[in-house]
Amino acid sequence: MRKFKEFIVEKLILICGIASIFFVILIFLFLLKEGLAVFKTVSLFKFLLGKNWYPISEPPQLGILPLILGSLLVTLGAAIISIPIGVGCAVYIAEVAPTQTKEILKAGIELLAAIPSVVLGFIGMVTLVPLVKNVFHLPTGLTALSGSIMLAFMAMPTIVSIAEDALYSVPKSYKEGAFALGATRWQTIHRVMLPAASSGILAAVMLGVGRGIGETMAVMMITGNAAVIPHSILAPVRTLTATIAAEMGEAVVGSEHYFALFAIGIVLFVISFAVNVTADLFLHKRQ
Amino acid sequence: MAKIITKDLNLWYGGFHALKNISLSFESNRITAIIGPSGCGKSTLLRVFNRMNDFIEGLRQDGEVLIDGVNILNGKTDLVALRKRVGMVFQRPNPFPLSVYENIVFGERIHADSVNQDTLDEVVENSLKSVLLWDELKDKLNKSALMLSLEQKQRLCIARVIAVKPDVLLMDEPCSALDPQATMRIEELMRELKNNYTIIIVTHSMQQAARVSDDAGFMLLGELIEFGNTDQIFTAPHDKRTEDYITGRYG
Repeated sequence: MRKFKEFIVEKLILICGIASIFFVILIFLFLLKEGLAVFKTVSLFKFLLGKNWYPISEPPQLGILPLILGSLLVTLGAAIISIPIGVGCAVYIAEVAPTQTKEILKAGIELLAAIPSVVLGFIGMVTLVPLVKNVFHLPTGLTALSGSIMLAFMAMPTIVSIAEDALYSVPKSYKEGAFALGATRWQTIHRVMLPAASSGILAAVMLGVGRGIGETMAVMMITGNAAVIPHSILAPVRTLTATIAAEMGEAVVGSEHYFALFAIGIVLFVISFAVNVTADLFLHKRQ
Repeated sequence: MAKIITKDLNLWYGGFHALKNISLSFESNRITAIIGPSGCGKSTLLRVFNRMNDFIEGLRQDGEVLIDGVNILNGKTDLVALRKRVGMVFQRPNPFPLSVYENIVFGERIHADSVNQDTLDEVVENSLKSVLLWDELKDKLNKSALMLSLEQKQRLCIARVIAVKPDVLLMDEPCSALDPQATMRIEELMRELKNNYTIIIVTHSMQQAARVSDDAGFMLLGELIEFGNTDQIFTAPHDKRTEDYITGRYG
């Protein structure tokens, strides 16, 4: 009887373990099945590098280059903003802040991570967008820059907490060694701690940026959603994610438009997957 | 000549009285060993001399520690200058995750206002020569220091300290991670280095203290029980507790 119980529990756990992989495979297969169909009408090359996204004109033009560039521009802007602030914040929390400040800051960062992206988008829409419009004298504040700034807020918690972990896991003996040689606190941080934690910090950056690429709601609300190739960060853009979210509702099931949206999903999947694998490689290198 | 003198040194970690009225002096160009069972305060004492205890919260100390006649325990002490003069070698070799070369020039880079490539090369060669690593490592200067053997790492750490040109070398159980042969060679190195430095070594190994030191102090529960010439301490200790410890009755 006891053996039977063991057997049941063991198999149940096995099923739970396999389930997640099974569902990932199912989702991926579905994505492939629906997405690849678009390549019957448009070549991969034309799809990725086509400059026009007019999915409902006749015949439809399904070039996603403006969307890819939109996503990259917003994400790159977010990375440029969030990396220095995030890493700086992690260094401050891990190395400089007194215990009490550290606790308050960490709680603050966690709270930032807990804000739903639609709320951030809404706040951005009523505060940041008019600000960008007035500061740069633009016809509209719905720009890639606005999206970048809001996205930076979303990437920051990930960057801070993982980079902070990386700094904590640097052996204490390195720090002692540097101080014993007469290094100041800043010299110790930039000559020993940061190089020693570099792979973990890189992983933090990759994961933070990865989160940015997949983000949908906030960028859809504040980037203006113009599917044209952006010529500056002050122009409205449309991201890959926003395109799917905005158009899936009106795409006719089985149409080329519908298949193209799934193909965009594949592109997003490939990008996120590549970013996560790279981050993982850095994390494992650390251990 | 006395290099370091402590007068009525007391130290507390919060409510714990870790060093009790320590008064002794360390001579230049000699090796002084501090022995005693774990937790007797010997490492704490060593870390007073380069103020490494400062990082511990709730630390309180009074009394005087004079290095070349200057009290280093007051608030005005320039810690960077102090640690440049008083170098430390740790229990576990702790080279930085940088190249052999960068480990050695670390001190030069942080202390010099401007660095000159020729000076750096010279520092690396001289420091590695003085720890007898030059021949082994001269072709591997750009390799990561983490690839070295434990003994090489510890020698590298000594070279890294020497490169800063200190007067005093503090060694906190420098051989405890090494095998007997490596230990022997590091001890030889210490004998050679004492011509130029004041060396203070903390060790839990009485044999090591007997082999390597000129003077020795025995500590127990935060007190300095006995201090004197190593031969005298090991052959004719005045205090019953010292005798009990070195004859292995406890510890």
